[in-house]
Amino acid sequence: MDIDPDDVFRDDEDPENELFQERDSTKEMLVYLVDASPKMFSTTCPSEDQKDVTHFQVAVSCIAQSLRTQIINRSYDEVAICFFNTRERKNLQDSNNVYVFNVPEREELDRPTARLIKEFDSIEESFSKEIGSKYGILPGSRDNSLYNALWVAQALLRKGSAKTAEKRILLFTNEDDPFGNIKGMTKMDMTRTTLQRAKDAQDLGISIELLPLTRPDDEFNMSLFYADLLGLEGTNLTQFKALVGERFEDMKDQLRKRMFRKRKIRRLKFIITDAISIEVNTYALVRPTNPGTITWLDSVTNLPLKTDRSFICADTGALVQGTPKLFQTYKNESIMFSTDELSEIKRVSTGPLRLLGFKPLSCLKDYHNLKPSTFVFPSDECTLCSNFIFCIHFNLLAVFFAVAFYGSSTHPQLVALVAQEEIMSTSGQVEPPGMHMIYLPYSDDVRPVEELHTDTNAMAPRATDDQIKSASALVRRVDLKSFSVCQFANPALQRHYAVLQALALDEDEMPDVQDETLPDEEGMARPGVVKALEEFKLSVYGENYDEESDSIASGKTSDASKKRKAIADKATEESAKVDWSDLADKGELKELTVPKLKYYLTANGLSVSGKKEDLINRILTHLGK
Amino acid sequence: MNLCALTFLIVIDAVVVGMDMLIKKYGQTNKGKKRLCLLTNAASPTKDPYDGTKEDQVNTIAEQMRAHGMKMDCIVVRVTQDLDVDKKILEENDYLLNAFSYKSSTKTVHVDSPTSLLGALRTRNISPVTIYRGDFEMSSKMKIKVWVYKKTSEEKFPTLKKYSDKAPPTDNFATHEIKVDYEYKSIEDPNKSVPPEQRIKGYRYGPQVVPISSAELEAFKFKPEKSVKLLGFTDDSNIMRHYYMRDVNIFIAEPGNTKAIVAVSALARALKEMNKVAIVRCVWRQGQGNAVVGVLTPNVSDKHHIPDSFYFNVLPFAEDIREFQFPSFSNLPSSMQPNEQQQEAADKLVQMLDLAPTGKEVLRPDLTPNPVLERFYHCLEVKSKQQDAAVPPLDETLRKITEPDPELISQNKAVIDEFHRCFELKENPKLKKSSRRLLKEKPTGSNEEGLGSGAVQAIDAIEYTSRVKVEKIGDLDPVQDFEAMMSRRDGTEWVNKAIQDMKNKIFDMVENSFEGDTYHKALECLVALRKGCILEQEPKQFNDFLHHLVKFCQEKDLKSFGEYLASHEITLISKKEAPDSEISEEDAKSFIVKREPKAEN
Repeated sequence: MDIDPDDVFRDDEDPENELFQERDSTKEMLVYLVDASPKMFSTTCPSEDQKDVTHFQVAVSCIAQSLRTQIINRSYDEVAICFFNTRERKNLQDSNNVYVFNVPEREELDRPTARLIKEFDSIEESFSKEIGSKYGILPGSRDNSLYNALWVAQALLRKGSAKTAEKRILLFTNEDDPFGNIKGMTKMDMTRTTLQRAKDAQDLGISIELLPLTRPDDEFNMSLFYADLLGLEGTNLTQFKALVGERFEDMKDQLRKRMFRKRKIRRLKFIITDAISIEVNTYALVRPTNPGTITWLDSVTNLPLKTDRSFICADTGALVQGTPKLFQTYKNESIMFSTDELSEIKRVSTGPLRLLGFKPLSCLKDYHNLKPSTFVFPSDECTLCSNFIFCIHFNLLAVFFAVAFYGSSTHPQLVALVAQEEIMSTSGQVEPPGMHMIYLPYSDDVRPVEELHTDTNAMAPRATDDQIKSASALVRRVDLKSFSVCQFANPALQRHYAVLQALALDEDEMPDVQDETLPDEEGMARPGVVKALEEFKLSVYGENYDEESDSIASGKTSDASKKRKAIADKATEESAKVDWSDLADKGELKELTVPKLKYYLTANGLSVSGKKEDLINRILTHLGK
Repeated sequence: MNLCALTFLIVIDAVVVGMDMLIKKYGQTNKGKKRLCLLTNAASPTKDPYDGTKEDQVNTIAEQMRAHGMKMDCIVVRVTQDLDVDKKILEENDYLLNAFSYKSSTKTVHVDSPTSLLGALRTRNISPVTIYRGDFEMSSKMKIKVWVYKKTSEEKFPTLKKYSDKAPPTDNFATHEIKVDYEYKSIEDPNKSVPPEQRIKGYRYGPQVVPISSAELEAFKFKPEKSVKLLGFTDDSNIMRHYYMRDVNIFIAEPGNTKAIVAVSALARALKEMNKVAIVRCVWRQGQGNAVVGVLTPNVSDKHHIPDSFYFNVLPFAEDIREFQFPSFSNLPSSMQPNEQQQEAADKLVQMLDLAPTGKEVLRPDLTPNPVLERFYHCLEVKSKQQDAAVPPLDETLRKITEPDPELISQNKAVIDEFHRCFELKENPKLKKSSRRLLKEKPTGSNEEGLGSGAVQAIDAIEYTSRVKVEKIGDLDPVQDFEAMMSRRDGTEWVNKAIQDMKNKIFDMVENSFEGDTYHKALECLVALRKGCILEQEPKQFNDFLHHLVKFCQEKDLKSFGEYLASHEITLISKKEAPDSEISEEDAKSFIVKREPKAEN
């Protein structure tokens, strides 16, 4: 699990890479459009520590969090943060009530920088002073802050072509009827122009997404205005659910999930039978995040270095041009392979994903795992695929899994397709419905460790029922009820990026990152837990364990140490037989055999490594000659 | 030190002989590394020894094996067909072999197919090394001594060395290896190489690259203490199977430490009973740069001489999870939901393709060899005999791993046909479109799939016989290949290639004909070529070729072909047929006729 950044000599065809890279070359341009109206500040929801948090704070903290994730994972994406319904104005169009937040050395729509993240973190304090909140749509004035905001966002997204970049506007608001306080013709007019503005943006390939914030008792009514703005109709509208967060955490969770766009790894053809194959998309839902690749810099100029790789013949030292052939030594001969031949060897299957059959889930053992799984979901375009997946899905749930052969070019491998039922919680979808592809090991990859230390004569000791009972009591005591796999942040990664951020901003003080993975000492010290532990210990170890453990430990070491002692004793004995000083003076040490020289060295606690010459030199040095 | 005893008759004697060979060769050395591999069907009667019972004999041998630190892998091969042998003998033999396992370090595996046999034969035995030895801390007061090994670890495809032919052929000691040399050069001055001590690591942080010296890196690095600590227990349903991140480790109690073994056993059995798992935080080594959080699942042993243990799987951190939202299946419109018939057909398919009927699991990961490695070693052997040998095709035994069992399919043809019927009925234009797109995508971009022409052809041939992707004209059905190539729409070069290939083919046929035996085929090809050239507006190509061909026939004294052509009225392509042609209709018609008399002159 060691993260080794010093990995320049990694194998060229490192197969792991294939798995961890996502091949999505398009970058994303994203404008966060945040409503900063007084209503966003007056509506609150309770947070964990019983303090009330405003909707504005929810939105801001989500954006801050996603910026952090983005700078690590997808730093090529460009973002802009834009508030509307503000007192001040700052934008290229000089429109009223719109404020584009930015930091120096950065364009308004640009990649996130360390500075942006840092300053955005403290926006809540500076907001009222520098930006200010104010309703932008008031009766009697013709100002339309929502229209202005969309206009500014669209202008920000003008750069880059729609083909190479995906452009999105994420709109955070808790006002379901922006023109509610305006009457008559003005309202119709404003509504019409705003909708037209949104439609223009959508025609330019910009997608507008709405993240409505509401409280349970005050539902966000899509049909008042936003359904038209987003172009939602019929079933789509009913499916679009407002984020109803009872708690701040729930709301944050939902926002986080909606802010990221799904990216598929690839589309696969899943061959069911000779005549039927369906299309599925694969997604990487779980992949280890690492500190990223290193770039070598010149320490004088801090400019990046260019790496030149050259092949040098080990025999002659000559430079080898072109791609050399490869060889493997076999029976003392070099067997040559061309890269074509090697890929031919690896091509053992006729299809990308081929169904072989089904097995009961009990056949999938806990040790049948090699690398993170891949999520499989039917592709949108084909009814048949989803039909089939539904059938199989229904069939497989909790009982069977499908065995298929995944014919990748580098790692053709057996996979298990395990159906997953959708799991919902108050904060939305926890587990999406679909299938997880689990990579199975071959017999070559499984090691029979269990049998390694078996004592052939004796029965292995087993716990008695009483001992199991005390263990059960302990398990019941130390129960993590709400454990979820993603509750811990990676301490090494957190530290790494905190250090990076501090260095990037030239901060003197290094941040202290909390390690969330340490056990809960406090919880473990609760009397109930301590008692259960004591009882378990007593039950399996007996009364006077500590003494015994020591004796076991010393008994274990005695074997090795006895041997070592015996060698040392013998060495001392043997070494005493020789008059070393005399031999050294006469220069006759070289007449002695190496084992004899080693007696001296061992007896005097010196290293016995090296050639005879080294040994003699070491003895001479030790004798002081 | 492996020894394979390949005998089916006198199993016990063979074991004795095998042991003797190992003892003679290696004596007391290499304790624990000597391994016997017994391959038997254990279906033949064993003969009674001169004194004592068979059981005694087995005991004596097992005793000897233990004394010499020998291990035995016993693979019992039983294919279902040969069950007509005496049940009694089978039982007796199984009993004797079991006695072996109890008394000595013998592992018995039953296999029922050649594929499993390949998987069961462990050619390379890695002596496992612990990745951690020490305390499993349940609290500061309660600790269990454990050893941690790797349970699964991917057996990588061997890394081949790069070959250099620079060394003179006379040099017998040449290694022919290539060293890879890296040189770091500054961007400003590409000729200036930067020495290693002047280099500094930079990490990306957004658009910035932040330089960090190794001293700084070391100072600020996360440095956890070596330990394995319990965080708590939780329901096993809280840990989804697909969250397992890496290869698997195994926690065993310190060997020989009875109390530790009992403690592990008690915990494992308690967890198993309650359907719980343990969450632990591990730092295997001092100085390791990271901690991992993982899950311990109980592995309760059913063999009385193997102690209970835990499997350990790494769990993801918060950063490793991407929460994408997918549409819920239940919310989708009814047209996307399957009908009853389809559901039934799918149910049957699942039943029929059951790979573990009545407990006899096929393709068990533990007994399934890696087909790529097997093929590579096979290829090595072939190539060692003949350096330029082609890569042998995938062995039939290995094909069982990559493709569905044809026997199983043919036995259940009715179910599959029903399944096809249910799912094909609903084919819609959208699907057709998307499948065509998939086909089209393949030759251009998707290198990552690594499917060369051969494989693509193979799959497509199964499903899209009409749309076979042909890349060259074969001997079997040149006309069809030609037409397929001409109609390829994924590149303009295919038409020219097809025409060129076809011309060569026709030449070959004419030239290699024996008393006109290939004329008929050549004519068919020529007709196809003519048609193709008209369709693709390439009359000149055909006309030039026909001129050339006729001339060639005259020169090579192959007049008979010219006559054959004339008799079948093959003409040049005229202006009427293709506007680009420069040949008038009469000229076209008279072409062969005109030529023929000349040839006879």
